Amino acid sequence: MALSAGVAGDKAIEIAHKKAQNAVVQDRIFYYLTLGSAALVVILLLGVMASLLIGAWPAISTFGPSFLWTQRWSPVKEIFGALAPIYGTIVTSLIAMIIGIPVSFGIAIFLTEICPQPLRRPIGTAIELLAGIPSIIYGLWGFFFLAPFLQEHIQPFLIGSIGKVPLIGILFGGAPYGIGLLTAGIILAIMVLPFITSITRDVFLTVPTLLRESAYGMGMTTWEVCKSIIIPYTRVGLVGGIMLGLGRALGETMAVTFVIGNSHNISPSLLAPATTISAAIANEFTEATGELYTSSLVALGLILFLITFTVLAFAKWMLARAEVK
Amino acid sequence: MATASYNARRTRNSIAMTLAVAAAAVGLFFLFAILITLLYKGFTSISLQMFTENTPPPGEDGGLLNAIFGSVVMTGIAIVVATPIGLLAGTYLSEYSRGHWIGEAAKFINDILLSAPSIIIGLFVYTVLVVPFGHFSAWAGAASLGLIALPVINRTTQDMLGLVPNSLREAAAALGTPRWKTMLSVIYRAALSGILTGVLLAIARVTGETAPLLFTALNNQFFSSNLGAPMANLPVVIFQFATSPYDDWQKLAWGGALLITIAILILNIVARWVAGARTNLQ
Repeated sequence: MALSAGVAGDKAIEIAHKKAQNAVVQDRIFYYLTLGSAALVVILLLGVMASLLIGAWPAISTFGPSFLWTQRWSPVKEIFGALAPIYGTIVTSLIAMIIGIPVSFGIAIFLTEICPQPLRRPIGTAIELLAGIPSIIYGLWGFFFLAPFLQEHIQPFLIGSIGKVPLIGILFGGAPYGIGLLTAGIILAIMVLPFITSITRDVFLTVPTLLRESAYGMGMTTWEVCKSIIIPYTRVGLVGGIMLGLGRALGETMAVTFVIGNSHNISPSLLAPATTISAAIANEFTEATGELYTSSLVALGLILFLITFTVLAFAKWMLARAEVK
Repeated sequence: MATASYNARRTRNSIAMTLAVAAAAVGLFFLFAILITLLYKGFTSISLQMFTENTPPPGEDGGLLNAIFGSVVMTGIAIVVATPIGLLAGTYLSEYSRGHWIGEAAKFINDILLSAPSIIIGLFVYTVLVVPFGHFSAWAGAASLGLIALPVINRTTQDMLGLVPNSLREAAAALGTPRWKTMLSVIYRAALSGILTGVLLAIARVTGETAPLLFTALNNQFFSSNLGAPMANLPVVIFQFATSPYDDWQKLAWGGALLITIAILILNIVARWVAGARTNLQ
């Protein structure tokens, strides 16, 4: 009797031991599954870089660094230069930032300082929903509504007024095409609005209530509190948010493809059709014949990737600094 | 003198605040302008025919059945594959590698992928899955969508697991629960609505993606359920039809645009609602 109880006890211990061992094995398996998945994400990014480099190599080895400052883009003669798309990408993103930053800041100030409490969430959500609208819809809307509207009402006015001013007039010269750098920039501004606004609002809310209220207690107006307390306090986070928006604007494809006009010319006028890196790839990639043509488009992709990588990395760094504070 | 500067300050304040209100009005104006345009142009093209017939040749009647089917299939595959990987990767980065530099680097890389231009993802999938096989395919389209969904799910999982209180982990450990079991039946369950929100947002993000599909799934005028062949999908059909000179095609494009936008806005609102339900519970 006593003996069998001892055997049963041994068995129970053995089972418990086995279970514990199993648990160790299962834990290992689970750990490696999660590790593998995390590693996959890293491998994917390396894969993206490697494939872009390999794909772009024929173009890089043919044209060398002069690819970056050659304007000519001639599929027939197989001479390709990236200057026009790079110029278009930078100018459209700049226009987007010039319009988008003040408007986003305004919305963020409205949402954190002025808006009545019950309306804050619905209005904030509505602005964030702008980010949910797919870029192709922005393109469609820009092409069929914004571009004709600008062409008929705004651009003739710009050409007639600022276009006549010496020096800056060059920016608004030429004919009102409707599509072009300015239209693409405006569409991009609307698209980056929700991104910059939501980060701006979030960092505005990190300002300690004590600081904010003591400023009000000193008799500062709302605008003075924003200008001299909130914005200086959140400076680093704001730059991060702007950079994140810039990263979006630089890489945006479909919306721009609709309204940019796809011309590899560099014209001083903001009203002229142009192209951007992403629009050139979207338009020409499936039609590109010949290794050098395809490779040049991939090289454009590589340039875009490097630019956005730098901008996003800077944005992350700034936002991380803002959080530490 | 003091009153004058006081008045000047007040005026400056009212100007600035008016501008801030105007900025909010501008933002809302564009949202509604786009939605109203879509409703106005797209509403008349939404009919039963849109869901029962395939994309037509120019000048004929037709619908968007093949495109809707293709979009649903490719999005489905992308999400089914990306969800477990994103979930596990997010688990590693949130639970196992806390504070370690490798984990931090992987988080950073994931954030870069999250905001990388989608057209770059398209180029990558093109070189990896289209060139070797010599033709465009729905698999390649699904892969590019999956690559876009993966970082979204990964990131939300990290954020949501970070919100689960440590006492839950400690309580499970005190009961002798193996760690994997703690994760599956305690932590994931606690973070379920948050993770679900991430998946919904990933679906919403992927549904409207056009650029990467241009050179992966391409398009197909006919109904096709062959994953190894080009497959029609809503975004690319909208792009091709909208830029075509045919009225019928443009009309269908607006119908498709309305459909896709409504679907995405509903997904966004449901995602918010799921996330909100969670915060109310806690």
